Amino acid sequence: MKVRLVNVSAGYGRTNVLEGVELELSAGEVLGIIGPNGAGKTTLLRAMAGALRPSCGVVYLDGQKLGRFKPRDLARLLGVVPQVPSSGFDFRVRELVELGRLPHLRPPDRLSPQDQAAVARALRLADLEHLASRPISSLSGGERQRVFLAMALAQEPEVLLLDEPTAHLDVRYRLEFLTLVRRLAREGMAVAMAIHDLNLACCFSDRLLLLSQGRVLAQGRPEEVLVPELLRQAFGLEALVLTHPISGRPWVEFRLP
Amino acid sequence: MPVKSNRDLGLFLVLLLLSAGSVLLAVFLGAADLTFSQVVAGLLRRGGARIQLILWELRLPRAILGFFVGAALSVSGAVMQGVFRNPLASPYLLGVAGGATAAAAAVVVFGLRSIFPLPLAAFFGGILTAFLAWRLGRTELGLILAGIALGAVFSALTSFLLFVAAGQRRLEEILFWTMGSLSRADWAGIRLLAPAVVAGTIFLWALARRLDALSLGEEGARYLGLDPRALRRALLATAVFLTSSAVSLTGTIGFVGLVVPHMVRLVLGPSHRRLLPASAFAGGVFLVWADAFARTILAPAELPVGVVTALVGVPFFLFLLRRAP
Repeated sequence: MKVRLVNVSAGYGRTNVLEGVELELSAGEVLGIIGPNGAGKTTLLRAMAGALRPSCGVVYLDGQKLGRFKPRDLARLLGVVPQVPSSGFDFRVRELVELGRLPHLRPPDRLSPQDQAAVARALRLADLEHLASRPISSLSGGERQRVFLAMALAQEPEVLLLDEPTAHLDVRYRLEFLTLVRRLAREGMAVAMAIHDLNLACCFSDRLLLLSQGRVLAQGRPEEVLVPELLRQAFGLEALVLTHPISGRPWVEFRLP
Repeated sequence: MPVKSNRDLGLFLVLLLLSAGSVLLAVFLGAADLTFSQVVAGLLRRGGARIQLILWELRLPRAILGFFVGAALSVSGAVMQGVFRNPLASPYLLGVAGGATAAAAAVVVFGLRSIFPLPLAAFFGGILTAFLAWRLGRTELGLILAGIALGAVFSALTSFLLFVAAGQRRLEEILFWTMGSLSRADWAGIRLLAPAVVAGTIFLWALARRLDALSLGEEGARYLGLDPRALRRALLATAVFLTSSAVSLTGTIGFVGLVVPHMVRLVLGPSHRRLLPASAFAGGVFLVWADAFARTILAPAELPVGVVTALVGVPFFLFLLRRAP
């Protein structure tokens, strides 16, 4: 088990956004975290990333308590792409991706040939080679999203946490991005991603976790989670669950009750 | 990438030559009307004693000190702008200028110079003010506001001391701090400042990639395994040390630390690995020329160099800003 959450509650100030979450994430699998706005998807990812300390419960990474890791060691194991990543200055794409090597470097942070290779690989995977020397301000929203994915990939992490990775992407890049995520998982990475589009989540995740008001409503294979009763509870909508004619996976359509 | 580092190396060789050339050229300019051959002879320790004195004890130390002061202010301005992700940040952001000036003014007005030499008082005045701002401001914004508040308190204190000292000859010494001038340059000051600037710049350069990462915000930096607060503390402490060292010798010279990093960024981009060293050279060269201008344009009278840095620096800066894509 790569990541394990035991009875985790977490939040901001005194209010808990998450209540008693149990979760397991193994190497080589993609976990889709779904649920309505404000259900706690981002908070859950932040707790898994160690950015938010649980008020109760424990997060384990490789069987060790997350709080015991030094930030540097943690960043070698775990890469995060936040929802709206930004950089304060207009860096070039390659310069930003190189920052992903920081957990492997010591000042003055010179890149070794291995570091260069990891950067080149991350740029290739995110399909950014042709944009490497462009300033980030000249990129589209979707291209920018891929830059921050590439930065996380340059860390060469074993666990990848993605918060709404496809929000800014067009149809084509959405499919390419999630296909890449699947490929990373096939190579052994453990991936958890918060994602709004249930049908995309379903197509590209091994398992789904449905959050509602900070609690886990259901967790399991897509056909176990995407059922009308649970979806009504979570979203307050009537759901029609069909079977996709090609993939054979569930296909969800909503309408107002 | 060997190609890239070769190009960087070339850039720094050019900047180094430009710096040495600027210092050398500035020595040829001055109130005393010396011919080219007189200057050359004087620099080679030949010719009249008066000319040798002008060159070796006045012009040369002044140009060299100007270079290191400009370098110190520009590097620390670039660091401040990077740490706070704010283009308006200057080396004096944490109240260093106000604190240094108030300390210097207090020492002058209360006649404590025999106990506290002026530069020492100004140096610690600057450092202590920044330290106070660091303790008061918990967040990034809090730190900026604490620095501004402390700066305001100390400049009010300075005004009060000026008021008390009004009509005395001591007033002039306080004005020296508020306007900034290289007229007191000597080799002793250079021996203190130069190693500090070189060491400080190298230290900051070693952290440059981490400073880049700070611009991703607190959480983004954490995800890369950094400790943003410790990193900020190391960067700001070094920048404050450089600024206070410079101010202690020349008073507060404005605009260099604000404008030069912007100019360099417009040409070379924001990556701090190139920005910090290039700002050091560019700031040094800029101040050497501003001072050469200040002491020759109305010779034998001297303009405060801060007036020149503002009058020349700001329009040039605006010009660059308009040209930027």
